[in-house]
This record gives sequence, structure tokens and C-alpha cells, in this order.
Amino acid sequence: MISLDLIQKTAEALMDKAAIEIPQDYLDGLRAAAKTEDGDLSSFVLQAMLDNYEAAKEDRRAMCGDTGVPRWYVKMGNDARIEGGPVALEAALRRATANATSGVPLRPNRVHPLWRTDHNNNVGIGAPEIEYGFEPGGEWVDLITVHKGGLFGTDYRMLFPSDGIQGIKRFYLDSLVAFGKRGLACQPAIIGIGLGGSKDTCMVLGKRASVLRTVGSRNSDPKIAAMEEEFKELGNSIGMGAMGFVGKNMVIDCNIEVGYCHTGGMQMSVHAFCLSSRRAVARLFPDGRVEHRTDPDWFTDYQRRDSVEWEMGLEVAE
Amino acid sequence: MKIREVTLSTTPSAEAIADLRLGDIVYLDGLIYTAREGVYMRALEDKANIPMELPSQSAANFHCSPAAVIREDGSFDLGAVTATASFRFAKWLPEWMAKTGARLIIGKGGMSSKDYKEYFVPNGAVYLSTVGYGTGALLGRGVETVEAVHWHEELGIAQAMWVIRARRMGPFIVASDLQGACLFERENAKIVQNLDKVYEGTKPAVLKRYGETDDRSDEVIG
Repeated sequence: MISLDLIQKTAEALMDKAAIEIPQDYLDGLRAAAKTEDGDLSSFVLQAMLDNYEAAKEDRRAMCGDTGVPRWYVKMGNDARIEGGPVALEAALRRATANATSGVPLRPNRVHPLWRTDHNNNVGIGAPEIEYGFEPGGEWVDLITVHKGGLFGTDYRMLFPSDGIQGIKRFYLDSLVAFGKRGLACQPAIIGIGLGGSKDTCMVLGKRASVLRTVGSRNSDPKIAAMEEEFKELGNSIGMGAMGFVGKNMVIDCNIEVGYCHTGGMQMSVHAFCLSSRRAVARLFPDGRVEHRTDPDWFTDYQRRDSVEWEMGLEVAE
Repeated sequence: MKIREVTLSTTPSAEAIADLRLGDIVYLDGLIYTAREGVYMRALEDKANIPMELPSQSAANFHCSPAAVIREDGSFDLGAVTATASFRFAKWLPEWMAKTGARLIIGKGGMSSKDYKEYFVPNGAVYLSTVGYGTGALLGRGVETVEAVHWHEELGIAQAMWVIRARRMGPFIVASDLQGACLFERENAKIVQNLDKVYEGTKPAVLKRYGETDDRSDEVIG
């Protein structure tokens, strides 16, 4: 049994880490980008961002004043048991979100869409989002917090099989150019692309591709992995850099996730995870151990399974 | 091009503003206040009295809400500070500038050259963009003190009017000048020349969107 107290304490620590510490994979990606950048203004911007990450860690203050909209992804091993059950778990995550908002501090971004009511704690109707995943085997729970920016850089389009790869490329470029101008997408970003599913699942896939995969990771389907490389290069050939200034670095990495869709359609979504790619992860064990990491490791073979049954034996053999 | 660095007061002289060039890096000294949709609506639509002497105390309007908390004893804990996209405030800015004498509008993404020519230039004002976006920790270091937070009970922490004393707060980038030129439009014009090549071979979508354009010099802000 995983204790509730451990869940809340760990969740608060994760909120703090996500807001303050840029994940190493993104940092490495941005450093590599800064080396290749030759636009004078874009170079200045990338260097300022690198200085900013240092300042945030030194002072233990948030990287960015817009600390995004906190959300949770909870992944449970099939044998995990939580003190008080899922309702208690959700209460602990809501408490942690509220406490961290005043503790770090974070910006209380969450308001009612019509009445603009602000509880000053990032908690409200449907906020923070809490989403779930499961894995065969294991008594652990992974807590993943992501504080993605909320306003620009995301789009959806219903494409069709006849649009093909060239249609996918067009919508990808349209999204990057439209939201890259003036730097609205806060690029260079981790671009997530969702393909297929339904409209809602397509958005979920694209968002998860941007926030739950790391820079340098590749889809397990080699042909999709090759597309990811190609799309990264394509995005960086636009000639646009940070803040929409002339430059070479728009995309730190491009991650693509797919889901089976209606036979007549080819849904597509594009998401940009910004210069302050806020994510933090911890695995909690029943004996009280906590292992912190920055790779959500969400998209396992199990998450991408395409068959009716899942052979439990395969997992155990690994 | 060598990037020039300038230190500027938040109650700047007309000469100091005239001297700024697109792409200059600016660090600010003096009082800055945050004002965005909440403050504009309260001051301009609800006609509430602005709780500061403007522009004598500050001519610098920051489109920002900080990552901050007001403690129970009334003191403030302000961490990171970054801007929000300014184009959404075009509706209120002409009246705001006329009323408050704001000469430095600080935010994210700038406005259009049309906005600059119509009401920035006549008011002797320029636009300063934050850098990144998201140099929130660096900007937070430039905040010496929080002098006051107005209207937080009415508007909430994120929309309240924060009055901060800046000491060498920056970096900011000069994104408009007194001729009404726009840094972002200048950069867009250079980038658009390359776009036909990048788009080569791609196909317009089978299902159009209502009102869709293929003009790649177009912008999503308006």
C-alpha cells in the first residue's frame, strides 16, 4: 500500500521541481541549438534562456512567470494499491497543487472560463486535470506533473487519407509559421504531433507526444521515427528562430504519436511544449521509496499495443 | 550586427525614447506597474480611480502577472515575472495611454505597426518585448521590492495591479520606434522570402477552413 502522506509530499516536491528546473534532455537540446544558431537576435535570446535556467535554479524561483496550467498524469502498476483509493489520491494531488501554488510560488492561472473566478491556487472545476494510465505488473505509482503553457502553438485539423504525407507536412508548417511569428509558441519547442484517433484523442495524443516524451526519444515504429527526424529538420529549415526572429532553431525535437482512426479520416494535431518545458516525475513504492526522474516514460509498448490481448509473459521476461 | 545595451528609466525623457533603435537590449530602473485586461476594464469601463499618480510615478505598463503570493501578514513573495501576449489589449490601449501617459508598453509579441503608428507614436511611446519568452527568473531578480498590489481582492492575484520597483530589470528588446516601425514585422518580412521553398511539394488540405488564406505573410494576431 502506498501512503497518502507520501503521495502528497512527493507531489508538492514535483510541482516545485517542474516549475524551477529545466529537464536535462531539453537543456541539452537547447544548448546544442544555441551552438548552431547564427541569427544575432535569436542567439541573444537562446543565451538569455540558458542564463535564465541557471538563475531559476540558483534562486529556487520559477523559470517563467507564466507557470502554465498544472496537470497530473498518474500511471499505476497493475498491482499498485493506494491508501484511501483513487478518490483520496485525487484529493492529495489537488491539495499538493494548491499548496505548491502559494509555496513556490506559482502564478494562479486557473479561472472560471465565464466568471473569471480565481481561487488563487490553480484548483477549480476540472483543474488540475488528472489522467491515468496502467502498466502490467508492478506495485508502484508514477506521478507525473506537467505545467504546459495554455494559449498558443496548438492546433487541430481533420485531414483525409488523400491529403497524405504532403498534407500532413503542410499543416505542420502552417502551425509552426502561424504561431512561430512573434514567438507566440515560445519556441524552440518540443513539437508533439497526434495522428488519428478521434478529434479529442488526437489532441490527447499530440499533447502527450510533446509533454510525455523527451528530447531524443523516438517512436518504436521505425517509419514514424524517421518521420520525426524529417519533421524536426523541416521545422528548423523554415528560417525562423526564437521569438520569431530570423534563425535556425524552431524545433528542439519532434515527437509523433498515432492512434487508430475512422477509415475515412486522418486527424492531426500539433502541440508546442515551450522554452520552459515544465515536467517532473517520481515513482513511488509501497515501502516508501521515491525515485525522481524527468522522463515520464509514458509511451511503453503496452500503451502503444495494437492487439486484442496483451501477453503478460512478455513483460515479465524483460 | 552588434547588439546595443541601454539602461532606461521607467519615467523616460522624450530624448531617451527617441534614441532607442529596434533590437536594442534594454534594462529598466524605477517603478513599473502591471496592467492587463482586468485593470483596463476596471479603470476604463467601470471608471474606477487609478490608485497611482501616472505618469509621474511610472510611465511603464507591463502586460504581466507575476508568479507571486500575498502572505497572510500582507507581505509579498514574488518569484518569476514574465509577460503575456499584448495584441489582445489593443482594444483598451489607446484610451489607457491617453489617460495615463504610458510611454513604455512592455509585453510579449508586440503589436502591429498599424497600432504603433496610430497611437504609440502620437503618444511618444514605444514597445519593449520581454525575451525568450520566459526569462522569468532573470526578470524576477530585477525586482527590488513590491511597492503595492492594488485591486487584488477585486481582480485576483493574476489580474491585480502590481507596482514593482525595478533595478536593472531585464533584458527587454526594443520592438517599436518613434517612426512606428515594428521589429517583428521586419523579421517576418525576411522569413517569408524563404517560405515558398520550405512549402515546396506540400499540398493544401482537401477540406478547407472557412475564411482560410494561403498568404504566408499573414499573421494570427489582429
